[in-house]
Amino acid sequence: MSTITNAAYAQMTKDASPRTKVQQSVPLAFVFGGGICTIGHALINLYISLGLAKEAAIPTASITLVFLAALLTGLNVYDDIARYGGAGTLVPITGFANAITAPALEFKSEGYVLGLGAKMFSIAGPVLVYGMVAGIVYGIILYVFQLY
Amino acid sequence: MVERIGNYTMKLAGAPSVLSFAAVASKKESEGPMASYIDIINQDSMFGQTTWEKAESSMQQEAANKALTKAQLSPGQIDVLFAGDLLNQCIGSHYGLRDLGIPFVGIYGACSNMAESLGLAALFVESAIAGNAMAVTSSHFCSAERQFRFPLEYGGVRTPTAQWTVTGAGGAIVGASSMPPYVKQVSFGSILDKGIKDINNMGAAMAPAAAQTLTHFFQDTLTCADNYDLILTGDLGSVGSELLYELMERDSYNIRKKHADCGLMIYDRDRQDVQAGGSGCGCSATVLCSYILQSMREGKIRELLFMATGALMSTVSVQQGESIPAIAHLVHLSNRPDFN
Repeated sequence: MSTITNAAYAQMTKDASPRTKVQQSVPLAFVFGGGICTIGHALINLYISLGLAKEAAIPTASITLVFLAALLTGLNVYDDIARYGGAGTLVPITGFANAITAPALEFKSEGYVLGLGAKMFSIAGPVLVYGMVAGIVYGIILYVFQLY
Repeated sequence: MVERIGNYTMKLAGAPSVLSFAAVASKKESEGPMASYIDIINQDSMFGQTTWEKAESSMQQEAANKALTKAQLSPGQIDVLFAGDLLNQCIGSHYGLRDLGIPFVGIYGACSNMAESLGLAALFVESAIAGNAMAVTSSHFCSAERQFRFPLEYGGVRTPTAQWTVTGAGGAIVGASSMPPYVKQVSFGSILDKGIKDINNMGAAMAPAAAQTLTHFFQDTLTCADNYDLILTGDLGSVGSELLYELMERDSYNIRKKHADCGLMIYDRDRQDVQAGGSGCGCSATVLCSYILQSMREGKIRELLFMATGALMSTVSVQQGESIPAIAHLVHLSNRPDFN
């Protein structure tokens, strides 16, 4: 038994492990992700019709979606939706809100400083860090090109 | 007297008895097939506590107390207690059992805890250095999830090979008695790492260790699957079980017809969303200390090989890209004390 090589066992494991049902998860992600974006656009249209300028309506719609996602996370509903939505609920701004709210709720038991405050960014932190780094790199490239 | 057979197995000639056993679980487990056999089910997975960790401790305490009550023993009559869990520094056991006042030996074998603690308890009784010895272990979905994976409300999707940590605890008391089931042989496994790195495929990481321990036991005792009614693994799940069959078949042992896995018994996989099955120390502890030992006492299962497997990684080792070492401990239980 122990004579099996790691490579041979890795192949055996691959054959025995069921794969994610892509034919099911991709259409679901499309519907859920598209649905969230459609709600977002409907909100933008709504805010414009209520008299907001387009530049103000867009971030207001994002803030509304973030609020809704955080609320649904607090009500223990978001993860149930995400079970079906997959990447469709993960990629839009709602996924980001969920990634911050979920650890904040969870680690409150370790206190407001070392628990909630520190662990709040345990999932979203890397996205923020590398998002900002990418922004800085892009900014430098743009700056250099504009010099000439 | 304990006698060594072959390279790995210990024979307990006096066959100490499992005097009592008790299992505690929560809501999701109560919706599964094992529900009617579990002693205490609390629909509140917080167990009336304020944190998940306290809830887990509370489960261990309840399992230990229930086992004591069923054996009609007081904590003072237990000479040694072996316990452990999955939480960092085993706080589930340390906080849950701190009020018992029983000499305490903390163990960590990840999900193999139930077999490890039961084996040690039986060896202590057989060696006559303990009159009665107790084995307790637990796991809690919520405390394990936030330690090993993601916060509960995070909307990450689980892969089909992932397993669901059982919220449950089990306790058993071993002593000298003429009541079945009896512990006849114990075989502690050695650590085996076949290079699996996927923390969402623990069954695959642990299957080689299970195959190694079982093969060693068969070789030591000159037996095969036909000699037993049931070969029960702890939490290999659907993927790990299939891999165990294939690995055993490489050595010409066919165990398919005799094998069951606690991880595949505790939940109804068709109705309950648990991917490849249940896992955690509480998985094998809850199934063993309810349905299985009850069936042995009633004579429905006569010869049992109970083999709990553990994945011995930590969150740190996983993040550092290390593969997952695994272990399997085996306890042979029988409903008759003689070896003929």
